[in-house]
Amino acid sequence: MNKKNYHISIGDQIKFGFRDTLTMTMRNVLRNYRLPQLIFFSTIQPVIFLLLFNYVFGGAVSRGNGVSYIDFLLPGILVQTVVMGSVQTGVGLAEDLQKGVIDRFRSLPMSRVAHIAGRVFADTMRNIIVLALMVIVGWLIGFRINNDWYIALMSIPLLLAFGFAFSWIASLFGLFTKSSETAQVLGFMIVFPLVFASSIFVPVETMPTWLQGFATNQPISQAADAVRAMTQGGPLDSIRTTCVWIVVILVVAVPIAIYKYRQTE
Amino acid sequence: MKHGIEVENVHKSFGLLQALKGVSLQVQEGHIYSLLGPNGAGKTTLVRIMTTLLHPEEGSVIIGEVDALKYPDGVRPLIGLAGQNAAVDEFLTGRENLLMIGQLYHLPFSTARVRADEVLEQMGLSKAANQTVGTYSGGMRRRLDLGASLVGRPRILFLDEPTTGLDPRTRLDMWETIRSLAKEATTILLTTQYLEEADELADMIGVIDDGKMIAEGTADQLKTKMGDDVVEFTLTDITRKDEIIELVAPLSSKKVVSGEGSTILVPVKSGAEDLFKIVKALDNARVQPTQLSLHRPSLDEVFLSLTGKKSQSKVEMLKKSGRGGHRGSGK
Repeated sequence: MNKKNYHISIGDQIKFGFRDTLTMTMRNVLRNYRLPQLIFFSTIQPVIFLLLFNYVFGGAVSRGNGVSYIDFLLPGILVQTVVMGSVQTGVGLAEDLQKGVIDRFRSLPMSRVAHIAGRVFADTMRNIIVLALMVIVGWLIGFRINNDWYIALMSIPLLLAFGFAFSWIASLFGLFTKSSETAQVLGFMIVFPLVFASSIFVPVETMPTWLQGFATNQPISQAADAVRAMTQGGPLDSIRTTCVWIVVILVVAVPIAIYKYRQTE
Repeated sequence: MKHGIEVENVHKSFGLLQALKGVSLQVQEGHIYSLLGPNGAGKTTLVRIMTTLLHPEEGSVIIGEVDALKYPDGVRPLIGLAGQNAAVDEFLTGRENLLMIGQLYHLPFSTARVRADEVLEQMGLSKAANQTVGTYSGGMRRRLDLGASLVGRPRILFLDEPTTGLDPRTRLDMWETIRSLAKEATTILLTTQYLEEADELADMIGVIDDGKMIAEGTADQLKTKMGDDVVEFTLTDITRKDEIIELVAPLSSKKVVSGEGSTILVPVKSGAEDLFKIVKALDNARVQPTQLSLHRPSLDEVFLSLTGKKSQSKVEMLKKSGRGGHRGSGK
């Protein structure tokens, strides 16, 4: 028998890792683009949320401190959008697992991380479009930036990175449940309480004391506060906390996802 | 003699279910080997082990002279896999699907493009190349899936039930395609539930049941082992059944079987000749059968003779324990 060593060098692993991730990203970008319902739900749904909350709850929530509700709401809704959108990462992966597509991919000499990473990157690219649309709709109904524009602009990469991190969490739902329905239900079951028990829609101070501790410090509130500070001015420490959350999530979720993908039978 | 595939004493369990209980097989380079067995026999599990998707508890697997268990990365560039479910993306066109696979085999982009077109041509899908797969028929999807497994010019090709669920006409097309691949000196391992298919395509057939290889050989070797042809006929008058069974008994190679209703099954050694004798005997007794045929034993009969039990029972058992539906995609 051939005694050659078939392990791939680190250099090639990295090179193929990038190349394969790019290929898989292209695949999923085309998927997002060609399945109209995906575009519909990922754009129309957050817009409806924005309009509903602004016009239905806006009057009640407005604090009369000179900050208009839309200026308070939109940064939060942007965070909500990327987090809710990330659930689709898990759903898409679970679909691949269900349909047996994964057997083909796993039998190919492709990088083991590319399948998940391609999915995550494609969903991050979709977020760019959705965020742009949200900002436009927000601007039309009164949202304004009250800070230096270059600081405000930096909130977009922060939002994308935040969604990117949550996509890796969602990928775990897909990999562990192997069912698109279950991944979706599980994803929303975890995301909904986080989204509502947060500073996205209302100031945390209006919540009961026992909830405030959680609501203030959980990542979604921190991200919402960070985007708010960047677009409206204010203390910037939530930006640092958000970045720490992003790193922590990635450090935990990425290795687990890759490990689980390798183990998937 | 070089071997494309060498599998030695492979064991694999899923929880309490022992899917493979020590399977060995060898496939000579350039040959078509058919793994024949009923649902739940362990065919798909074995294919998934050979294609680096599953790791067995015990045994050795050498694919194209590379140890698949130690160096899966060394095996993957050599193989192509077409599974039971057409694993192609519905939202991509036929060409995009193949282009993507080519890139994942790490072909240069221009090579991948040329290769995609070649494969589309070979699979007779050139006209539909720019349509999304969502618009393809079942047969076209299967052909594209088979094509996807060819993009990397694999030395060893694994086809897991390539014709299951296809209509007879499409199945014949598929056979033609598989034969043409064998001419390109690709080693092919295919699994099937159909004796006829194994007979048509394979140089060697391995019969697998309940996780064990129960017979192996060329189609002819197996046929003689598997039992005799059967003359089957149906009487118009059921009251004469016993009488007729006694009448044809001397012509039979084994015990005459009393079938359903007024049907009688007579195993015979030399097909046509014995058929003629039986017809003569019936004619002499002034019996005109409503239906008369000579056929090879069915797969069920084959399994009955090889294993001494009905092949169906295993499937039912698996279905009851909820594992019957598992065919590779999820566990």
